[in-house]
Amino acid sequence: MHPFTFERPRDLAAALALRAQAGHNLAPAEYIAGGTDMVQLLQENVRRPERLVSLAGLLDNRIEAGPKGLRIGAAATLTDVAAHPAMKGEFPVIGESLLASASPQIRNVATMAGNLMQRPRCPYFRDVGYEVCNRRSPGTGCSAAGGVNRWHAVLGTGDCIAAHASDVAVALVALDASVELQGLGGRRTVLLDDFYRLPGDTPHIASVLEPGELITAITIPASAAARRSHYLKVRDRASFEFALVSAAVGLDLDGQRIRELRVALGGVGTKPWRVPKVEKALAGATLDPDVLRRAAALAAEGAQGFGHNDFKIELMQRVIVRAIETAGARA
Amino acid sequence: MASFDPKRRDLLKLGAVTGGALAMGELWPEMADAAEATSAAASAATPTTAQGSAAPTPIDVLLRVNGSEHRLALDPRTTLLDALREELNLTGSKKGCGLGQCGACTVLIDGKRVKSCLLLAALVDGREITTIEGLAQGSNLHPLQAAFIERDAFQCGYCTPGQIMAGVACISEGHAGSAPEIREWMSGNVCRCGAYDNIVAAIQDAGRAGGSLKGG
Repeated sequence: MHPFTFERPRDLAAALALRAQAGHNLAPAEYIAGGTDMVQLLQENVRRPERLVSLAGLLDNRIEAGPKGLRIGAAATLTDVAAHPAMKGEFPVIGESLLASASPQIRNVATMAGNLMQRPRCPYFRDVGYEVCNRRSPGTGCSAAGGVNRWHAVLGTGDCIAAHASDVAVALVALDASVELQGLGGRRTVLLDDFYRLPGDTPHIASVLEPGELITAITIPASAAARRSHYLKVRDRASFEFALVSAAVGLDLDGQRIRELRVALGGVGTKPWRVPKVEKALAGATLDPDVLRRAAALAAEGAQGFGHNDFKIELMQRVIVRAIETAGARA
Repeated sequence: MASFDPKRRDLLKLGAVTGGALAMGELWPEMADAAEATSAAASAATPTTAQGSAAPTPIDVLLRVNGSEHRLALDPRTTLLDALREELNLTGSKKGCGLGQCGACTVLIDGKRVKSCLLLAALVDGREITTIEGLAQGSNLHPLQAAFIERDAFQCGYCTPGQIMAGVACISEGHAGSAPEIREWMSGNVCRCGAYDNIVAAIQDAGRAGGSLKGG
């Protein structure tokens, strides 16, 4: 681990000031909250900050449910959110996505904002023995594109093909969640779908966060689609594994007819991947399997495999269909 | 940090092999990963040598472990696991992967299970930590410790402290009903000997007997 000084700022303003001195990615200062991802990155020398700025005790960890929706403080743990009563009735897809994430020990420590900010799980990104990695060292190339890429993205790829690894981000994007951001310049609210950037030719800049800015809360509007929602995660082992393909669906039904559908995918995109074409194609449709299959095929438009991950293009269509059928069968 | 000793030297030698192992990583990425992890572990334990740069300013950390308070001046890079093992000589918590994947380092913080290798000691300042050493009450084993012996729930024993700490939490959380439920909620703990069936049986036994944290 690279040597760093550990900063325990008195309040959030002091933390923002410390971190704002740093640039976008190769930063001399980094935040740490739960640390379940950051400590791995430090141990592997992927991140080598000069200063580590602790957010312990500085961020809201409350979970507030009201008629308009849910507000989750940035420092709420995955365990606490998954156990909140609102997951049972109003937001099942969020609770399911969290319980399918990591392991109980990690969920007890990992924070919601930290989960949204986690770095790619690409083994080449995580191993500094590989010098070629656009995400870690801009301009060097991508080891995964011509390497072992079973876990990588088929949609939204650019100079980096790492899939976004968060489960709950997929559920949140499906439900039109927003993140509240705070920086030295003030506060703003951004739709989570707009928060993540596609890699393009600047994959080292993963989000719209300005230097020093951080997530202070997540807000999720209540909706009929959120109440009848489901998270389906397909992976190489039954538990404690990242998604090969996952789908978060929300369904508002009028009898057997779809009034409104939300679908977002995990494991296939370089960011949580909303599929509006599938949603529009199924508005007003019934839950007929053939209709669902034809609509799900629209999700694969523009998908590009890199060899080992070609199977994801077919798999994601089947995952969409099964997730909608499961949500539709719910009372 | 604790003073330099010959065991550390051996660790550092292992770390030094990493340079050679990286070429091997072209063919065997997981071997390179293992060597990298070893190197990282060595550098964490001995900050002044592996990176060739001076150790940063120590920070004051209060660790409350098994009912005792310890005021330590630690290198900020020190994980809770390294603080327990190297500073407090509580070597029951094991270092397996050092990356949160194996669960051998599981301890409880304020009654909740965590992976101590993924926590910087500075981040748990003042919190109540329970390790495997704090589970028995005098010579009375905790019911889950007794159940592990009764069910022969281990072979080599390296993962056992972590399995037991995670199992204690699994029971107190109310996740120790059926065998499939236990398997799901114990998925953060790996046993390379494959003693899973007996681990599940031991947790079921202790769960039925009401084996909470204070049950010993």
